[in-house]
Amino acid sequence: MATTATVHAHAAPQGFIRKYIFSLDHKIIGLQYYFLALVAVFVGMFLSLLMRIHLIWPTAVLPLVGEIKPETYLSLLTMHGTIMVFFVLTTAPQSGFGNYFLPIQIGAPDMAFPVLNMLSFWTTFLAFVAMIAAFFVSGGAPLHGWTGYAPLSALPSAGPGEQLGADLWVISIAIFCVASLMGALNFITTLLDLRAKGMTLFRLPLTCWAWFVTAILALLAFGVLLSAGILLLLDRNLGTSFYVPLVVVNGTVMGHKGGSPLLWQHLFWFFGHPEVYIAILPGMGVASQVLSTFARKPIFGYKAMVYAIMAIGLLGFTVWGHHMFMSGMSPYSAFAFSIMTMAIGVPSAIKTFNWLGTLHKARIRFHSPMLFAIGFVSLFVSGGLSGPFLAQPVLDIPLHDTYFVVGHFHLIMGVAAIFGIFAATYYWFPKMFGRMMNESLGRIHFWVTLVGTYAIFMPMHYLGMAGHPRRYSQLTELAYLHDLIPVQQFMTYAAFITIGFQFVFVFNLFWSMFKGPKASDNPWEATTLEWTTATPPPHDNFGGHTPVVNHGPYEYSVPGAPRDYVMQTDPVTATAH
Amino acid sequence: MSEAVAHPQALAETYEPSLFGTYSKKIGMWLFLLSDSLTFGALLYAYTYGRISTPNWPTPFHSESIRNATLMTAFLLTSSLTMVLAVRASVFGNAKTQRWWLFATMACGTAFVVLHGREWSNLIAEGLTLPVFPTVPHHTASAEFSNVAQTVPQFPATFFGLTGMHMLHVTLGVIYLGIIALRRTFIPILLGLWLIAWLATPAYSPFHYGAHVLLAAAVVCGVIVWLKPKVYDSSDVEVAGLYWHFVDLVWMFIFPLVYLMSTRII
Repeated sequence: MATTATVHAHAAPQGFIRKYIFSLDHKIIGLQYYFLALVAVFVGMFLSLLMRIHLIWPTAVLPLVGEIKPETYLSLLTMHGTIMVFFVLTTAPQSGFGNYFLPIQIGAPDMAFPVLNMLSFWTTFLAFVAMIAAFFVSGGAPLHGWTGYAPLSALPSAGPGEQLGADLWVISIAIFCVASLMGALNFITTLLDLRAKGMTLFRLPLTCWAWFVTAILALLAFGVLLSAGILLLLDRNLGTSFYVPLVVVNGTVMGHKGGSPLLWQHLFWFFGHPEVYIAILPGMGVASQVLSTFARKPIFGYKAMVYAIMAIGLLGFTVWGHHMFMSGMSPYSAFAFSIMTMAIGVPSAIKTFNWLGTLHKARIRFHSPMLFAIGFVSLFVSGGLSGPFLAQPVLDIPLHDTYFVVGHFHLIMGVAAIFGIFAATYYWFPKMFGRMMNESLGRIHFWVTLVGTYAIFMPMHYLGMAGHPRRYSQLTELAYLHDLIPVQQFMTYAAFITIGFQFVFVFNLFWSMFKGPKASDNPWEATTLEWTTATPPPHDNFGGHTPVVNHGPYEYSVPGAPRDYVMQTDPVTATAH
Repeated sequence: MSEAVAHPQALAETYEPSLFGTYSKKIGMWLFLLSDSLTFGALLYAYTYGRISTPNWPTPFHSESIRNATLMTAFLLTSSLTMVLAVRASVFGNAKTQRWWLFATMACGTAFVVLHGREWSNLIAEGLTLPVFPTVPHHTASAEFSNVAQTVPQFPATFFGLTGMHMLHVTLGVIYLGIIALRRTFIPILLGLWLIAWLATPAYSPFHYGAHVLLAAAVVCGVIVWLKPKVYDSSDVEVAGLYWHFVDLVWMFIFPLVYLMSTRII
């Protein structure tokens, strides 16, 4: 207990505010991130629904936004993309579940820097408030898309949303960068310094590896975005010309000259591509963990999985140019970026085959977390297969500004990562709240969501190949798009149904939180450290002692063992080897 | 509330040895510096991009500027030496000596910022300015600097952007050291410095508004000292030293790139 006291800085807090609001406990902070992401995902989903409605009923007057003008449509897609990428896909899987389970899975009582952890959450919250505020200022939300391409994003006179709304957008992103940096260095330090005795690097659960590599990506990528954002703010407010060439807006010559919009694209995508992996790597970790648990088999090729995560992280920093094939870059550069991009297919395929290898000849237990993990693999494959198309400049150039790209990144980065979040929610809910979620509702939620997402995003590939441009708000005025309108209608109906069924999930979440059957300490018969402690875990995670780890993370169906699983803390003699 | 992570030796029984064999705070600072070097790297990239893509990049700096910048560099390098001595004193547990070396480091850092501020003000008065900076009254701009600002707006933009970001880092570094040396006693001093900086600079100077950084820093420091009221030990001095040397190192890139490579050679 004496050593624990020195490690574990803070005593269990009393009082509501120190316990639930300004908490230093990584578990509470993880839940705060999770619920922030839950609010954000509903805002983002509502915006996407408005867009889908507008596409097929262009004259409809909608609640809250009224009639949708073309610039309103651009505001909707900008805010949808930004909120989803930053406040959902970056926030929930990494900061939410990572915060909650990384310390427990390595046997630590808390993060290495609890105060920094709290500051990191509240900074993220501030960024979210600034982002939402962009809706309510004069001129409304910005128009420049989540990628914020200059010069549109750099000129306040370029559109109605490009005034104060765009400033708030940039400021929000900059604050988010700072928050992510604080979070990332905390994750890395925790994993390096606070592993329990016996928890060597190759005994870490794959979730921990995924969070660790994600944190390294965040540490390196968000610093660059911070610089890019600062320069954008200087361009917008101090009259500099980093990103703006001599440009004429509505007949007025702007005061800028000599800047390069390509500079923004380079800086942005140097962040933006690793950001894709920041969103998806934690999902991969969760999928590995869940597949192994419910297949009752060790994960196939554990070390290969670890090296594949590292390879993806490393290669992720060398491929940003494939977002810029349209910018007129040298064909030699494009070729190099193309080769590196396709090289990422190799570690991705290693992961996919190892997941399938884990499932092969397994006695699978089909609980809701397992369904979503399999759904993750399905979406990862479907979305991934269109990757090599877009990696080639000659195919990317006709496809880039079409729905093909929208379909590609929604499947692989958007919905796949969301399925990772769902799998993690169903898997860890018993540990977090001490109760089980309803299994039937979980299955209904899974099947409708899986079919629904394919129904929404698969047709986008066909639209793209048929030449349907993205970001167009009016389809009726272009004759060559008329034949494609029924496809758009189908996608909107699918979106209605899919989004409607997400309320089943929310109902299940909150109902089970209070009314679900009590969960045992290890309801899934899993092996990692979070299942060795009480449910929900006590304030210092392991009730005053630090676990000692004797086994790898996925020892299922070990021959000669008394049960079909060997927990990481089981004594060495429990196994036959 | 005690320190979150004790020294690893005390924990060797319960935990795996740290991968880098050192304490968490130090690893955390190294990681921050890694990230910050990418932030500066992106700014230097933007500078390089602008410089390469601009034909006839101007080289307007006269010997006064270079002399001033050299003096600034000397102050900053000296401050690294005094920082090393502060860390050394803290290792020996000599609190008083450590505090005086920290004060010396802060004095050098402050001298750097003040000299740099004077340099900025002179350049702005001579016409090397951004569109938003108000014109300096009772001062005729030199044709040369005004011409540079007119024809190559990238030049003042990158100059003020890069050196401004670095100046911010030095300022925050001085505040950091002040908190390490004096803890919450430093906050009223910081507020005093803010008031002096705000009142002593004329309204047309960018530093009139820039001074509010000190106010914001005082608020943040107040929150941090309130959340973690503790005595800083030698590890805190060492970690602060890492930050300080890093800021020095960044200047070793900025000084040649921004100043020396833009010198007028007659």
